[in-house]
Amino acid sequence: MTSSFRLPTGGRVDRSTELAFTFNGEALTGHRGDTLASALLANGVHQVATSVRLGRPRGIVAAGAEDPSALVQVEEPFPEPMLTATTVELHDGLVARGLPGQGRLADEPDPARYDAVHAHCDVLVVGAGPAGLTAALTAARAGARVVLVDEQREAGGSLLGAPERLDGAPALDWVAAAVDELTAHRDVRVLQRTTAFGHYDDGFVLALEKRTDHLGAQAPANRARQRVWRIRAGHVVVATGAHERPIVFAGNDRPGIMLAGAARTYLNRYAVLPGSEVVVFTSDDAAYAAAVEIADAGGHVAAVIEARAKAPAHWAEECARRGIEVRTGHVVTGTSGTDRVTRAHVAMLADGVVGPRTGIACDTLLVSGGWNPTVHLYSQARGRLRYDAALGAFVPGEEIDRASVAGSATGEFTLAGALRSGHDAARRALASAGLSTEGLPAEPELPVTDPEPPAQPTRVLWSVPDPDPDAGHGDQRFVDLQRDATVGDILRATGAGMRSVEHVKRYTTIGTAHDQGKTSGVIASGIVAEALGVDVGELGTTTFRPPYTPVAFAALAGRDRGVLHDPVRVTAVHDWHVMHGAEFENVGQWKRPWYYPQDGEDLETAVLRECAAARESVAMMDGSTLGKIDVQGPDAAELLDRLYTNLMSSLKVGSVRYGVMCGLDGMVIDDGTVIRVADDRFLVTTTTGNAAKILDWMEEWVQTEWPELRVHLASVTEQWATIPLVGPRSRDVLAAVAPDLDVSNDAFPFMTWRDTGVAGVPARVCRISFSGELAYEVNVPAWDALAVWEAIFAAGRQWGITPYGTETMHVLRAEKGYPIIGQETDGTVTPQDLGMAWVVSKKKDDFVGKRSFSRPENLRPDRKQLVGLLPVDGDVLLPEGGQVVEVDALSQPPVPMLGHVTSSYRSAALGRTFALALVRSGRERVGQTLYVPLEDELVPVTVTDSVLFDKEGSRRDG
Amino acid sequence: MQLIACPHCGPREETEFHYGGQAHVAYPAGNATLSDEEWGQFVFFRDNPKGPFAERWVHSAGCRRWFNAVRDTATHQILAVYRQGEPKPVVA
Amino acid sequence: MTVDIVSRTVQDSARRSPLGTYAGQLAAVPKGVSIREVPFLTQLDLRVEPGGEAAAAAERVLGVALPTTACTAVSGVDGAEVLWLGPDEWLVVAPAGQDALEGDLRAAVGQQGAVVDVSAQRTTIAISGPRTADLLAHGCSLDLDPRVSPKGTCVQTLLALAGVVLVVRDEHAGDVWVLVRSSFARYLADWLLDACAEYEDDPSWR
Repeated sequence: MTSSFRLPTGGRVDRSTELAFTFNGEALTGHRGDTLASALLANGVHQVATSVRLGRPRGIVAAGAEDPSALVQVEEPFPEPMLTATTVELHDGLVARGLPGQGRLADEPDPARYDAVHAHCDVLVVGAGPAGLTAALTAARAGARVVLVDEQREAGGSLLGAPERLDGAPALDWVAAAVDELTAHRDVRVLQRTTAFGHYDDGFVLALEKRTDHLGAQAPANRARQRVWRIRAGHVVVATGAHERPIVFAGNDRPGIMLAGAARTYLNRYAVLPGSEVVVFTSDDAAYAAAVEIADAGGHVAAVIEARAKAPAHWAEECARRGIEVRTGHVVTGTSGTDRVTRAHVAMLADGVVGPRTGIACDTLLVSGGWNPTVHLYSQARGRLRYDAALGAFVPGEEIDRASVAGSATGEFTLAGALRSGHDAARRALASAGLSTEGLPAEPELPVTDPEPPAQPTRVLWSVPDPDPDAGHGDQRFVDLQRDATVGDILRATGAGMRSVEHVKRYTTIGTAHDQGKTSGVIASGIVAEALGVDVGELGTTTFRPPYTPVAFAALAGRDRGVLHDPVRVTAVHDWHVMHGAEFENVGQWKRPWYYPQDGEDLETAVLRECAAARESVAMMDGSTLGKIDVQGPDAAELLDRLYTNLMSSLKVGSVRYGVMCGLDGMVIDDGTVIRVADDRFLVTTTTGNAAKILDWMEEWVQTEWPELRVHLASVTEQWATIPLVGPRSRDVLAAVAPDLDVSNDAFPFMTWRDTGVAGVPARVCRISFSGELAYEVNVPAWDALAVWEAIFAAGRQWGITPYGTETMHVLRAEKGYPIIGQETDGTVTPQDLGMAWVVSKKKDDFVGKRSFSRPENLRPDRKQLVGLLPVDGDVLLPEGGQVVEVDALSQPPVPMLGHVTSSYRSAALGRTFALALVRSGRERVGQTLYVPLEDELVPVTVTDSVLFDKEGSRRDG
Repeated sequence: MQLIACPHCGPREETEFHYGGQAHVAYPAGNATLSDEEWGQFVFFRDNPKGPFAERWVHSAGCRRWFNAVRDTATHQILAVYRQGEPKPVVA
Repeated sequence: MTVDIVSRTVQDSARRSPLGTYAGQLAAVPKGVSIREVPFLTQLDLRVEPGGEAAAAAERVLGVALPTTACTAVSGVDGAEVLWLGPDEWLVVAPAGQDALEGDLRAAVGQQGAVVDVSAQRTTIAISGPRTADLLAHGCSLDLDPRVSPKGTCVQTLLALAGVVLVVRDEHAGDVWVLVRSSFARYLADWLLDACAEYEDDPSWR
């Protein structure tokens, strides 16, 4: 098909480039500067899609983001659903098709990059139309840091779609000069193809820049396809223009029915004649320009159907000069046509009564019911709206902090007014951002506009009555084209008693589609108000929420995808673990070695081997992720006494003590070791996952409750790498790498620490054990960790030293009944519940949590307590999280549940499976048989003490 | 993205902060003598007004200092910030 | 046997910095910026009451007044820099190997404060070049315009999803140190490298 509707001259398209594209399987061409919509219209294609519910043919209604109807799926270069043809910039090789209301997500990962950039400015101007450009120029000339964002490929706004003149020359000359001046300013950033989609607190605006979409397959792969700008502005000038408001009538959805202003844009900006036989239906002056310009461009305008009793004199004259009939007091009541409108049904409308109809043949019907200021961004920032009855539109109310509205977004629709309001808004913005306006001339230097004809008030007409409601085709007065929602649907909602537009919106789904009701929302309010006999202003409109236009999740995710999705924290020994085949476990953001499979071992086999090494010879692990906090100051011991359940002030320098912290409610929040470095200095460890939380917790007490304590806290989690060395042979290995250390039990007893050289590196070695075995923990500065690790590994080789991961660590500690915070505890477990009453000091007057231990709830004998469970069949591994019940057959629910399995493992040392569980009155139940559901069975288990291995602790000293 | 003015570092994005609940609720000294109900009130109950509310915040990604803020719970607007130990300012 | 192991490991015990394996990749970024790790710097967390005796004693050791203006850093003697971290907290950053400084400072502040060696807690990524601020703007919400963040600005904030201490070291936002916790260093380096991919073919970065 040839571009038969493209005019030979004019417009902003580059006729020297021919772009080949495919729509619905048909090969077509367009030009650089086209949207998919303008290129389709140039090819005479009006029907784009079919509607979601009724399958009715649908076409192109608007020329921008407000289009409610022309939904397409882009297939190439990459599948992307639910775009409007009016916002897809044409590029060579584009393949798209119309959608039946719903699209298809790509089933492969999007290869494109997306990113985000923070920007700061004194004044952010949204919209590069006449008001926005004036605002940006004014602010820039005053020396402000300015960001100007505009969603089109080039600046100009409404001037792109109308043959306006400024200073006696084409207005676009002024636009070009303005852009040149702005881009020459060092402190001005102009972003085209960038839609501000969210306006939040404190001058924060999110904008989506489409950076390479228009390049199609030529888009460089390294360049972000879309970018989210995170703009923090001293003041925001919203110069977003206005959306034309349609009038609803029966059959108003046929392809070829278009907003009059959109037709002007296609004509003037894209040099496309929207049709050959045109009827214009209007209740507003602006549509006459469309009629006149189309006639001048060679289209035939059959008639202007003027809903008002009188046509504006200037335009009536212009029409008469071109032989265009103007029928005043008339409306379009309906249309005919299958794939496109072929006839407009026209009748007199007086006092709500439709007169006899006549038909006018047409292939294009242009509609205008006035204009709605694009108040979305203003309203998102909590700007209040006011109903302007003369405009039939909601306009910004009083100004809000850090935002002003300019141009037709205020309801000021003249060009001169827009320029002036852009200037004034910039001055307010400068004042609000605390900038001087002294450099600006007293009287603004604004371009001179041509005189505008006197305006005649808009007639606010939401919908035209259906003259033939019983025709049997159902209501065809579509309010929301994308949702196939009609006037009848609204009346059903109000008939059912709904009184709020928010309720009507949710009942009818009007305004909930991709366009968020840009053309339908105000009309819906108007129709509801009419139905209820209330004032539209009092009824209000639905809430404007971000995003203004759809934003892909990929763009919001930006570069926080894949490996960058969340920081991956690694220890100083990480590369060694990788080289030695470790499987990793995520613990918070850390990657921790989980187990080290050898020769195709599975988890179970590897863990049994690693456990056996720790119990029978020697094993080592990377414990560097443990949280570590340096506590320093004369009151350090006092602070720890207040925060731990047990006494820390009695700890001797050189010794180590295990400690538990509780919340105010007496529930365990963390545990770890405390070593006393000096009288006034301790090093405490926290669990891996709680490191930051516990430091915050301690700081909160120090800073907010006890500022009198002379103590300071510092995180040293990553200062120190920590290497637990575990097993009967650990002493031999340590002796080999720490030649200056007397490793004998007497010289270096359990729960003490020593500073010494390990592999030539200054180290702190603690004799502590999380496995019940003879064990040490070697701490060295993180940057020496790999060397020390390798030295220990080499020294232990003769005893078969075995690196082990978190899974083995868990088994070893569980065999000893040691709880893991967050596994055995869940914020409802006291130390007593864990069988650790011994860790709760009776000597201290107070510590955090103490008072709660005597609350009746915490003294109940039937609290859940930590016990061991031994499945009667020692091969059965209980599921962690499995419920514990008393009965051997499940009755009808509810089945009383006694607790749950917290840990469950296969034990090399025990030669069987075992579990830990929190069980109601658990300690009283030792010896009882209880049951745990596993698939369809109830597995019998024997309740035992939580310590299952080496109850006497005989292995601790080697 | 709201800005919160750390009284030490100045305005920063809200993601740098953590919330710490109602301010000016002192840890009761000598709490052994409190009744279970009094202790329960302290541990579990806090005010939840609509309107200005004095709260603890910590600039966790910044200077790690706890401070207090008066925030309007209806609008999220932060009406005042003040350092630990400073009295609660009078806000309109 | 024991002796063998010790002698061999001492020889092998060359320190490993968190980004030691990243040097090549960091060196290959587009020319608008230059990124390198400055490893093994001496770093001490210093806590004293500003204006007090201990502060004065620390200042004598450092040869410079502790900055009391929030979010600033100053240079002391022997290449030491003192970074404001909080109203009573500073990070002293000195060249690698200044092992005596910790003891000197602790002796100076005595019981009136605290000194903690955090040299291995963080590593330092030096980013320089004309596009430094543009690169950081991909993940840092603070305004690095020199008029807002002049030389000597020192902020603790988030860069991408990692907590950092960011120090502006020249007048044009063209020399910035990013101190990052060691476990986050590779994440941040990966993030920076990925951010640079955008500019591989950008003539203004060549």
